[in-house]
Amino acid sequence: MITYTLPNEKGHFGIFGGRLVPETLMKAVLELEQAYDNAKKDASFQAEIDRLLKEYVGRETPLYFAENLSRHAGGANIYLKREDLNHTGAHKINNAIGQALLAVRMGKKKIVAETGAGQHGVATATVCALLNLECIIFMGEEDIKRQALNVFRMELLGAKVVSVTSGSATLKDAVNEALRYWVANVDDTHYLLGSVMGPHPFPTMVRDFQSVIGKETKEQFKLRNSSLPDAVVACIGGGSNAMGIFYPFIEDEEVSLYGIEAAGQGVDTEYHAASLTKGKPGVLHGALMYLLQNDDGQIQEAHSISAGLDYPGVGPEHSHLKEVGRAKYFSITDEEALEAFQLLSKLEGIIPALESAHAIAFAVKLASEMKESQNIVVCLSGRGDKDVETVKARLKGGEGK
Amino acid sequence: MNRFEQSFKLLNEYNGKAFVPYMMAGDGGLECLVERLVLLEKFGAAAIEVGVPFSDPVADGPTIQSAGIRALKNKTTLKGIITELAKAREVVTIPIIMMTYLNPIYAYGIDAFAQDIQTVGVDGCIIPDLPLEEEDIIAPQLADAQVELIRLVTPASPLERITEIAGRGKGFLYAVTVKGITGTRNLFDNDLNEFLKAVKKLSPIPVLAGFGISNEEQIKELTKNCDGVVVGSKIVELFDRNNLHEMEKLMAVFKQGVKIV
Repeated sequence: MITYTLPNEKGHFGIFGGRLVPETLMKAVLELEQAYDNAKKDASFQAEIDRLLKEYVGRETPLYFAENLSRHAGGANIYLKREDLNHTGAHKINNAIGQALLAVRMGKKKIVAETGAGQHGVATATVCALLNLECIIFMGEEDIKRQALNVFRMELLGAKVVSVTSGSATLKDAVNEALRYWVANVDDTHYLLGSVMGPHPFPTMVRDFQSVIGKETKEQFKLRNSSLPDAVVACIGGGSNAMGIFYPFIEDEEVSLYGIEAAGQGVDTEYHAASLTKGKPGVLHGALMYLLQNDDGQIQEAHSISAGLDYPGVGPEHSHLKEVGRAKYFSITDEEALEAFQLLSKLEGIIPALESAHAIAFAVKLASEMKESQNIVVCLSGRGDKDVETVKARLKGGEGK
Repeated sequence: MNRFEQSFKLLNEYNGKAFVPYMMAGDGGLECLVERLVLLEKFGAAAIEVGVPFSDPVADGPTIQSAGIRALKNKTTLKGIITELAKAREVVTIPIIMMTYLNPIYAYGIDAFAQDIQTVGVDGCIIPDLPLEEEDIIAPQLADAQVELIRLVTPASPLERITEIAGRGKGFLYAVTVKGITGTRNLFDNDLNEFLKAVKKLSPIPVLAGFGISNEEQIKELTKNCDGVVVGSKIVELFDRNNLHEMEKLMAVFKQGVKIV
């Protein structure tokens, strides 16, 4: 057992993280940190989160033994933590509930958020509808075209979706615009960031709200097997579902942690999103972290078939866990993810999100190299309904991305 | 006496007020950087901010974002800018300040950056995404190189914080006059005047107002309570439209007895 207490008081995970934001945002960032510290000590705040997670989101989510998939892999037993069964279909809502309740507590009337594929946008719009908060979602022009149905979902839920045309018009630019909006409206607005990134306290706060995934997994696994799993596998874009399931296991050194990035068309091409595998440390969106960038420090575009992994950075805590070797990071290509998407659908009757399919693809490989007495838990971070059209276009040709 | 002190002492013919223009290096091609700096000095700049283009400029509005994209399309690099600034130093006498986000510096190497900009005669550096809490990442290296870190205060900064920030600097203090990004305007004049008065009272060094300043009336109103202005988006726009006459006219705002029509 090791001891793990990061981040430090400045929000640093080793050299990573911090609060690298314009002075205009410092007051808001410091206020948020204070408010979160106070809320953490307030039992009624946690009780309200727990109530909504149970009654509204439908937690706890099952830990499912995927017997057919395990037999197919031929090795270790594969368990799935079913975050796809949450309300709105993914883990994103765990964080949205926590932050929105915090915003209410801080007296904020308005929520601004970024979204890539639209999953975080939908989760945020959902919680804003529930808590009667005004909701503005920034989404890249490109993503709006690719994810028209999610745009309509957000609008149904009462959110205003703003098209971002600056830069590459994708997720990173939506974060830029959300930050710019927050700078101009800090008095009445909370920025509900969707992943374990951004300035302190966001990476810590999002991790904490998502760590319900890992806590449940640990208890469920112990109850069933009276032990801990040998490995935990999760996909990584910004890294929130991975941090959520990793965090409660960090001190249990005997549990191997694997984060799976999107290799897109291959990490040796220009079209991938493997920030930890191919990037360098740098500063973006308020934190020092691994980034895809050129030699001159300009941020490069990320590419993946899965829009949720399509981000050129990765949370500072993952950057640190890689640096100290506590977690290991690998990548899976579009092709491999597509195969896993179909495999899980056919073998288990579960259509995974393309993001989660990356974790499934890696877990199958890993399981085949492990003993039959060993166990792997995969975070099945979301359901695949949103990706069915994309996959159809890829497999059968015709209209698509 | 460093170039900042010299430059601010020579402002008598400008009613003691400093006009500091901002320009985006590489917008219009890096080859015209030196020429533009010479022109800005001739028009009466007390110092010049040279912007380094960055792919993700979160503190900037549309005008400077677009200029940055144009500069990047022209293949402008931090290295290239530093090389041009060495040439500029031979012909420009006023302080040159680099304004750059942290990541291009981080990629260049912090030690190398501090040494190289000192070697070419850069006087100061503004890093919009580097708040007080994170200064240790580069402030010691800049101090060793005797390059001034120009710090920003904003209407959202509490008074104790403004005091702390103002006390650390030497060149000048940059007072952001909006709650927002460059090129915007969203505060009432009265709130702004109160803010500038408070900053001026707390600051041992000159206070320059910046962000969203684009015309003569604003400049005259703001400088009742501070020592000068930084004008960015407007200068970038005028360079882009090649309207040098309007630029000269705007920059003559503090000149006594001179009226450009």
